[in-house]
Amino acid sequence: MWTWFHKLASPPHFYRIAGLTIPWFSWPALILILVGLYGGLVLAPMDYQQGEGFRIFYVHVPSAIMSMFIYSTMAIAAGIGLIWRMKLAHAVAAASAPIGAWFTFCALATGSLWGKPMWGTWWVWDARLTSELILLFLYLGFIALRSSIEDPQRADRSAAVLALVGVINLPVIHYSVVWWNSLHQGSTMFNPGAMSIQMKWPALAMLFGFMLYYGAVLFVRLRAEVIRRERNAAWLREELAR
Amino acid sequence: MNLSDFFYMGGYAAFLWPAYGLVLSVLVYNVWSARRAHQEARRAAVRRLQMEETRS
Amino acid sequence: MTPRRKRMIAVAAIVIGVGAATAVALQAFQENIMYFYSPSQVTGGEAPRGRAFRLGGLVTTGSLQRTPGSIEINFLVTDNAETIPVKYSGLLPDLFREGQGVIAHGKLNDGGVFVADEVLAKHDENYMPPEVADTLKTPQSAGGAS
Repeated sequence: MWTWFHKLASPPHFYRIAGLTIPWFSWPALILILVGLYGGLVLAPMDYQQGEGFRIFYVHVPSAIMSMFIYSTMAIAAGIGLIWRMKLAHAVAAASAPIGAWFTFCALATGSLWGKPMWGTWWVWDARLTSELILLFLYLGFIALRSSIEDPQRADRSAAVLALVGVINLPVIHYSVVWWNSLHQGSTMFNPGAMSIQMKWPALAMLFGFMLYYGAVLFVRLRAEVIRRERNAAWLREELAR
Repeated sequence: MNLSDFFYMGGYAAFLWPAYGLVLSVLVYNVWSARRAHQEARRAAVRRLQMEETRS
Repeated sequence: MTPRRKRMIAVAAIVIGVGAATAVALQAFQENIMYFYSPSQVTGGEAPRGRAFRLGGLVTTGSLQRTPGSIEINFLVTDNAETIPVKYSGLLPDLFREGQGVIAHGKLNDGGVFVADEVLAKHDENYMPPEVADTLKTPQSAGGAS
């Protein structure tokens, strides 16, 4: 098993396999997102309370879940990179950060656009919103820290430590609506009975579409990273000549 | 639901459509940005290899 | 102990250490993280005196009164245990209605009335189509369809 793992982590192998895998992620992602959009905007019935306005759910909630999922991936990759000194793991963390930051931004912005008509305000400093904002700062801090350090190995390691320190924010975000009185309501996706499948399925389609999307974009970025880090000219020359 | 009802979104259009527009733009941007990073890396590598070749 | 094992322990230490520190800090800041106080907490004296805070609960059904000729409204906020009267002049969000969740920002006056300067609507995590909501409101109709 370890030989397979180490082989995969070898740059020429990874570059090739990633290249073959990407279409298997990107096309299903596109289909799932289109199906989710149609389901969410057209097929799902409106909400008894929020009317058609609730349909922001279908972009807000998957973005928010992705913002946390990507961070946890980033942190796990950072930990693996630190413990096993694996460059590919650090590359996964580095490539994930901008994608995760954008999803966090989307969660905050769509949430704001949803909050204004429903709650009556663009923003409140309650536990859920504040901790999600902190997540955005963690992503930006990670990206800034990496780019500010010259030596690639030290950049990898310092940023990895930051990623691990920030992990505590994930349970805080998730349980914020349980542990503290907040304006943001409790979880819908993780609460069976809160939303019938008739309304829920487009959100699931969007979420899985976003996950496959993340995989595709991550692999594209990783291929770039592999080329950037690669010193062995032979395979590179052959690859670039294709 | 007819087309004008669809765009009107029960009065929430001013909030809903920017939200969807924003997310879709971000998705498109990240694809473009990743592919550009890859192309840039390849071009830089080609240049690097050419420089090494001329040096040797 | 191999170097890798040492690194594993270091990573675990970071995560656990930061986790513990955060737990302690959050406990300490409990009061500030509570976004609102419930009516029971207010009657129990837990809410800050003399300064503004947020009151959260449900608008008691049948309690909403509008003063004719002004935009001032009066209503009761309850957590089904205690109830606080609220007075407010200002804009109300779409979702504000009796029986609905609400978070008001303001001060308790000497008469025990909460004078609000901002009223936000709070909704729960449940979503359902209007038809389903209607059947929940009139339980007798569910059995009468035979």
